[in-house]
Amino acid sequence: MIAIIDYGAGNIFSMKNALDYLRLENTLVSDEKSIRAADAVILPGVGAFPAAMEKLSGTGLIGVIKEEAAKKPFLGICLGMQLIFDKGYEFGECGGLGLIGGDVRKMEDTGLIIPHMGWNKLEKLNDCPLLAEIGEDEYVYFVHSYKADCDDSNISAYCEYGGKVPALVYDGKFVYGAQFHPEKSGSTGLNILKNFGGLIK
Amino acid sequence: MLAKRIIPCLDVRNGKVVKGVNFEGVRDVGDPVECAEEYNKQGADEIVFYDITASYEGRGVFLDVVRETAKKVFVPLTVGGGIKTVDDIRETLRAGADKVSVNSQAVKNPQLIRDGADIFGSQCICVGIDAKKIAAHKWTVFINGGRVDMGIDLIDWVHTIEKLGAGEICLNSIDADGTKNGFDIEMLKAVCDNCNIPVIASGGAGKISDFAEVFEKTGATAALAASLFHFRELTVGEVKDHCRGRGVSVR
Repeated sequence: MIAIIDYGAGNIFSMKNALDYLRLENTLVSDEKSIRAADAVILPGVGAFPAAMEKLSGTGLIGVIKEEAAKKPFLGICLGMQLIFDKGYEFGECGGLGLIGGDVRKMEDTGLIIPHMGWNKLEKLNDCPLLAEIGEDEYVYFVHSYKADCDDSNISAYCEYGGKVPALVYDGKFVYGAQFHPEKSGSTGLNILKNFGGLIK
Repeated sequence: MLAKRIIPCLDVRNGKVVKGVNFEGVRDVGDPVECAEEYNKQGADEIVFYDITASYEGRGVFLDVVRETAKKVFVPLTVGGGIKTVDDIRETLRAGADKVSVNSQAVKNPQLIRDGADIFGSQCICVGIDAKKIAAHKWTVFINGGRVDMGIDLIDWVHTIEKLGAGEICLNSIDADGTKNGFDIEMLKAVCDNCNIPVIASGGAGKISDFAEVFEKTGATAALAASLFHFRELTVGEVKDHCRGRGVSVR
């Protein structure tokens, strides 16, 4: 059972639709017990970093997320991916979940169209179980204006947009983060979610 | 590198596709869900549903269409037509849309853009603009399907909506729409040069080279067409192959 955390900041229905389509058992959760009982956890999210952290903290789930992410497959998506870092700088500095070292900053480059919106090519950097069977010329769908700044060793794949943009990050154990939307990235995205489902023992 | 997007648009009335299509394997040519699945197979980068009954009736039927499509098609879905309030935006997103497109209502009530962006994020607020040339290098914004000239300068409006938090612009040229003579390069260029958010080119696509041309000559990051794909004059795949052959990056 995959728990999709519903904390009022994300298009959770798209994620649920994709997992249902893949026949991966899932449920929307917003309580501690369900997260502990799940085999894997997905943290979606759209919107602003501080507002999302505030909502998460309002649900009282930050502690359990940190504990469970050390024990079972955990995938943050889009803003949910950004939240797994130490801190963000959207409307001032704000602490994140600190599951992977690094921070999240505004994409700034003169002449660059922001948000980074559309399909961009995944460039693999380090091995990652979620990239099994994902080829060299595959595109995924992005919509974001902030990007992660983290150590290369945590970057499984990046894309080029005014420089390297971390697309898929991995701590080498249980924590994964996708800046793109796998649930909106056609067959490539579905394969990545299938790989995530495959991590469940 | 970010790929240029090719976006088919389906006009929907009372839950049915308005213009009949003749896709192989599509049993009901009027079924928007099946049409969306076909476009997805062809490689569409996004799919737009435009509800042309929205202002009158059948909104519930239309949202059911969105809901069913979102269960089967895993590319971004944009929904336009009849969105007047924040509640309309919420309802549409909850049905499975990833973005909403607001047009006339945004002109009448620009605060809708700001409220939508604040609550749901800029990424899901696409502002549709219908504009027409009135003098050399000058265009004005029209509403109600291009029937009413609001006398608002296009470039001023673009600046306004960007400040209000629009995440994207879908720019339709009233002059080019339906002509099949190609996208309105001059107007698109003027808009792309005056904003920093993605612009979708709309109106005028008639032949395969029109798509590569708009990407080569303007800063548009996506191109939208309806009837060209409806009537299967071209498939999304053919358009992409042509773009690729001309060195335009596509998925």
